[in-house]
Amino acid sequence: MSTPSPLHEVHVELGASFTDFAGWNMPVRYGSELAEHRAVREAAGLFDLSHMGEIEVTGPEAAQALDYALIGQLSAVKVGRARYSMLCAADGGVLDDLVTYRLADERYLVVANAANVGVVAAALTERAEKFDATVTDRSTEYALIAVQGPRSAAIVRAVSDADLDALRYYASTPASVGGVELLLARTGYTGEDGFELYCAPDEAQRVWRTLTAAGAPHELLPAGLACRDTLRLEAGMPLYGHELSAQLTPFDAGFDRLVKFDKDGDFVGRAALAERAKHQPERVLVALTGTGRRAPRAGYAVLGADGTSQIGEITSGALSPTLGYPIAMAYVAADCRAPGTGLHVDVRGKALPVEVVALPFYQRS
Amino acid sequence: MDTPEHLKYTEEHEWLSLDGDVATVGVTDFAQNSLGDIVFVELPDPGDEVAAGAPCGELESTKSVSELYAPANGEVVAVNEDIKDTPELVNSDPYGEGWLFRLRVSELPDLLDAADYAEIIKE
Repeated sequence: MSTPSPLHEVHVELGASFTDFAGWNMPVRYGSELAEHRAVREAAGLFDLSHMGEIEVTGPEAAQALDYALIGQLSAVKVGRARYSMLCAADGGVLDDLVTYRLADERYLVVANAANVGVVAAALTERAEKFDATVTDRSTEYALIAVQGPRSAAIVRAVSDADLDALRYYASTPASVGGVELLLARTGYTGEDGFELYCAPDEAQRVWRTLTAAGAPHELLPAGLACRDTLRLEAGMPLYGHELSAQLTPFDAGFDRLVKFDKDGDFVGRAALAERAKHQPERVLVALTGTGRRAPRAGYAVLGADGTSQIGEITSGALSPTLGYPIAMAYVAADCRAPGTGLHVDVRGKALPVEVVALPFYQRS
Repeated sequence: MDTPEHLKYTEEHEWLSLDGDVATVGVTDFAQNSLGDIVFVELPDPGDEVAAGAPCGELESTKSVSELYAPANGEVVAVNEDIKDTPELVNSDPYGEGWLFRLRVSELPDLLDAADYAEIIKE
């Protein structure tokens, strides 16, 4: 049995179609996922992300513990700000990609992918042992609701006491929304301006309904996981299990900048990653665009310019709802990485031409 | 989920409307709803011989690719050209504008009536 979200009743009322996602029963779409995708690009969408995991790291050495546990330098993050980072194994493989909020000097909230919460909580607990810091999995104590899109600020402003002009991208603040005390963050996974609201599960319905009412004049639509995937793909954001895995390092995925070798002290994966940094990876993550309407999908073979020899594999792909042509991400042989390189994808037996391009596919104006 | 009385159905979620020996074929309301927004349809060509239960095309939604199965043996006599540019017709009007192709039926297998099909999709 998969776990229902605290907002399950609301989703049923809205006529959602559900999908099992990492042990959770979550809305995949409410009506048309293309309409939901468009709403996020042009107006706003309302997402239930309560499947995500929230792990708290607290104590006098919380910052040092996270510097040791993650590849980033979390001690350098100011209170009220957030940072995208990764948890790596000792061999440099990516165990999860995470957003970490610094809520106070000695208090961080690490947000993990639903499928990896157990791994992340266990790794953080083990890695924090030699520090004066406590790791607590608080996933069941949080519901997560996201409002994403160009009109999301107007919607949140209408129902919140927070000073949104002072709340920058990748920042968070305690706030009251429709009378509910919660953590309001300006973060997201759509390539648009947007907010993520962390609240108690038993208050999630109230927050959802408050935002729905405030969003009505702004053409806010409830939006499911189907459009969340096409939105993040257009924005060129990786999805764990597709572009990232324990068999890949941050360097393979092009996230060199996230590995902070210059921070103080050791960190898990440092030695292996330092070794990997010396060599060009054999396969690298690239972005591809095609023509027509047939999309490369995860697992399809990427073929060289000759259209026969396999030089890589698609990790994610879709007909871009915003752009109208196929887009994909793929691991390919490093000598095929240059933008402009012509390749092919084996789409169920047909070699369709694609071109390597720079990420992101879509950037908000 | 809409399952019109006058149509015949397959377990692969296609519908047939028989007019003499020519059948108009599409996918059901249940199918389009399960697939989500259809963004690409590959249809057989007029003149193609198709066999009942064998794949004869593809339906792509944003998330997945599904095979389209021929519901009967026969020759394709027409395809819905509008579907190529506006595949969303499959979603908006699966039993009307969203029809897929017409078949001159040479052999018709046992098909489901609306009540039987409605029973199947309830599960």
